[in-house]
Amino acid sequence: MTYFIDRRPNAKHKSAVNRQRFLERYRKHIKRSVEEAVNRRSITDMERGEKVSIPTKDISEPVFQHGPGGAREIVSPGNKEFLAGDKIQRPPGQGGGSGAGEGSASNQGEGTDEFAFTLSREEFLEFVFDGLELPHLQRKPLKSLQEIKMVRAGLARDGVPARISITRSMREAYARRIAMRAPIKRALREAQQALETEERKDPVLRNPARITELKAEIERLEKRIEAVPFIDTYDLRYHQLAAQPQPSSQAVMFCVMDVSGSMTQNHKDIAKRFFLLLYLFLEKHYEKVELVFVRHHTAAREVSEEEFFYSRETGGTIVSSALTLVKKIIDKRYPPEQWNLYVAQASDGDNWDDDSNVCRDLLIKQLMPQLQYYAYVEITPHDHQSLWQEYETVAARFPEQFAMRQIIDAGDIYPVFRELFKRRLSQQH
Amino acid sequence: MNATHKPIATGSDWNFSILERFDAELARLADEYRLDTYPNQIEVITTEQMMDAYASVGMPVGYHHWSFGKQFLAVEQAYKRGQMGLAYELVINSNPCIAYLMEENTLMMQVLVMAHACYGHNSFFKGNYLFRTWTDAESIVDYLVFARHYIAKCEERHGVQAVEQLLDACHALQNYGVDRYKRPSPISAEEEAKRQDEREAYLQTQVNLLWRTIPDSPEGGESLPGSLSPEEDDPLGLHSGGRYPPEPQENLLYFVEKNAPLLAPWQREIVRIVRKLAQYFYPQRQTQVMNEGWACFWHYTLMNRLYDDGNVDEGLMLEFLQSHAAVINQPAFDSPYYSGINPYALGFAIFMDIKRICEAPTDEDRQWFPDIAGSPWRETLEFAMRNFKDESFIQQFLSPKVMRDHKLFLVVDDDQEETLEVAAIHNEQGYRRVRDALATQYALSVREPNIQVVEAAIRGDRSLTLHHVQDSRRPLARSVYPVIRHLQKLWGFPVHLISMEEGRVTRRYRWPVEESAQSEE
Repeated sequence: MTYFIDRRPNAKHKSAVNRQRFLERYRKHIKRSVEEAVNRRSITDMERGEKVSIPTKDISEPVFQHGPGGAREIVSPGNKEFLAGDKIQRPPGQGGGSGAGEGSASNQGEGTDEFAFTLSREEFLEFVFDGLELPHLQRKPLKSLQEIKMVRAGLARDGVPARISITRSMREAYARRIAMRAPIKRALREAQQALETEERKDPVLRNPARITELKAEIERLEKRIEAVPFIDTYDLRYHQLAAQPQPSSQAVMFCVMDVSGSMTQNHKDIAKRFFLLLYLFLEKHYEKVELVFVRHHTAAREVSEEEFFYSRETGGTIVSSALTLVKKIIDKRYPPEQWNLYVAQASDGDNWDDDSNVCRDLLIKQLMPQLQYYAYVEITPHDHQSLWQEYETVAARFPEQFAMRQIIDAGDIYPVFRELFKRRLSQQH
Repeated sequence: MNATHKPIATGSDWNFSILERFDAELARLADEYRLDTYPNQIEVITTEQMMDAYASVGMPVGYHHWSFGKQFLAVEQAYKRGQMGLAYELVINSNPCIAYLMEENTLMMQVLVMAHACYGHNSFFKGNYLFRTWTDAESIVDYLVFARHYIAKCEERHGVQAVEQLLDACHALQNYGVDRYKRPSPISAEEEAKRQDEREAYLQTQVNLLWRTIPDSPEGGESLPGSLSPEEDDPLGLHSGGRYPPEPQENLLYFVEKNAPLLAPWQREIVRIVRKLAQYFYPQRQTQVMNEGWACFWHYTLMNRLYDDGNVDEGLMLEFLQSHAAVINQPAFDSPYYSGINPYALGFAIFMDIKRICEAPTDEDRQWFPDIAGSPWRETLEFAMRNFKDESFIQQFLSPKVMRDHKLFLVVDDDQEETLEVAAIHNEQGYRRVRDALATQYALSVREPNIQVVEAAIRGDRSLTLHHVQDSRRPLARSVYPVIRHLQKLWGFPVHLISMEEGRVTRRYRWPVEESAQSEE
């Protein structure tokens, strides 16, 4: 007798828990591999998984086994020229022969030195951003209907039949039955007692009229008890749903970059990697992340991604033009109460001297109060100029939300990024 | 080929109704050959589900442990690189017998897997004496469910890490968690769950009794722990002097479960679960060659019958033969593809040879196998399948012809000699020697070091002493240290392991390692 069962629609990822346990257990090893990979790979290459290997000896599951040494007998197939009594040189590099009879043990034993496997993209990013946290992570509530979730909110007396709470309805019915029957039962008991006393009296003293009356009363009461309905519409209870606004799961990230003549393609590549890291990181925290690219020299413009990174312009630098534009875009398209706003700015530090304090005021007065976080990276091996100094005052005013770091070459990006977003336990409370 | 008959299906596509018709035909043939099987439950699954199943050693429900995750990653990696054809078959010794078909296999593969697993392995599980004695096909799935829930509950209560450490320790010892000679009581999930609380309490009182150090006779006052033993207080005679246990114990996990002083009741239960599952898989480890050989013999026989009856066409048959040849391929020892003796090849060759000896015996066969030469092959095969394990099966049925076909030869590797020596080859003088050696190679008692508990110092420092009975000067591998460390964690007190050969101590291990011993390693 045979049954065929199609299990294909069944739950997938049955091993997911075990897989997670394994990754958790070898966290340290995997993290090391991931960090090496991050340093080796270009950041644009983050979108795929990573092959990770761990020394087999670190993850072996030990069992009692025979070690090399002693005398053993091995039967092998495929004899060609050997005769009994032949002496054979030991194969080089093989202590005492691993023995053909060890069965499955040798598959995982000393055979291979590395246990290699592939992390999925999600797992890989998990490790890349391990220990990092969005600073000042405050999800903003959203008023629009899309972000509302229906949650159970107690019981109501009316609703659709599909939402009837049977247990609660039955409980109500039970309570009502008790409540409604109690006074009748009491009256019934009294009537029965009266009848009994009456009947116990001497036949001469009995009042037949009273007895008939009582009997009729008892019958009436019994009928009334029976008439109490088992369940009534009054008893019905329905699960009620209430609309609960969900914290906003959308964020917008402004990439602001200086494209004046002093920024070389190398500078831009470094900036791009920084933006990408931030984007991936935000993507992990929010369901939806929008990108706005703002580039500037003496004037700022909102551009496409392609144009942002690859077209070249020349001219002087006025940073405040970009900040003003960001402010305008926020006001027009991204109301701060609905969006989590992030700004990442990259520049080589050049700015018109008179402009830097304008930037400072713009940030302190207008932008910072609306932003979740502002990250500024200055890509320059040289000394800081006025922009850096003015930004330092901003950082002092908003230590939680404003961060600035200097990057000299591509190798610094990841460490700087980690530093900017590392979990700040001590500062949180 | 029967020209009047139309094949059930051609090409490589399949659907459920085609599979059902093939199954009906296979069932009819199996019946004709008198194969006794459990009902089949054939599950069609995806690649990923197959990898899941592989990772949990084929258990349809398993408890959670990182080692299964590691297994999964390894399988996934190998499969993605194309190093491994997945799932020729995966079949579970249960009633009904669960077999998996992977959705992306061709029609031929599905039919082949059904013949191999659902009729070959299935009848082996039902017939072989080891499976009949040691496993309980009726209740294994229920028991697995119980184990999974119980362990999940423990994780909730005591933390994932505590449970994981315990399982690590148990897994390290699971090959030593089996009774080799005593039939275990059958496992039943329902019973387990029902009796569990009772057992926890009972086990604990047993252990308490064993480790009790405070005299409890109030009038005796000064009596010493060793000297008190009123019959009713000490029914096991644990305190009546002498060493404990009185006989060496081969089942280390059983000993730990019953006697470890510091384990909590839930920990004992988990030790028990690992032990029960190890016991369940024990017959599989002892019948690799036979089990695979038997299944290959039947898929070969059944597929040929399908062809002879005209139920499959030449195309499917050619595809089958190619696949079959790959499965029973035995590379020579010096081939780069060599990875030990292929149990499919050896088992298939022996079963085919038994059939040949029955049907067309030569003089050599009459001399070597007087009992079976010329006997009815079906009965002889059935007898061989039912009553042996790999070790005895090879000893009994490996014929000179198979040794010649496989060109088997025996090498002695002695680390005191400078060279390896070919001790025997596939010729008249060597047959018996080669056969003995190959049989021994499959004996679990030789493959795994022989280690037993000899003493628990119940009146001393509570340390546990094990003996390793060494053979041919073969030492223990270095993994011995992590293993006794695990054992020490279970036991709670120092563990000593002494290697002995012919009554002489050759090496001592202990955990925790003594200061002076550390330099030695």
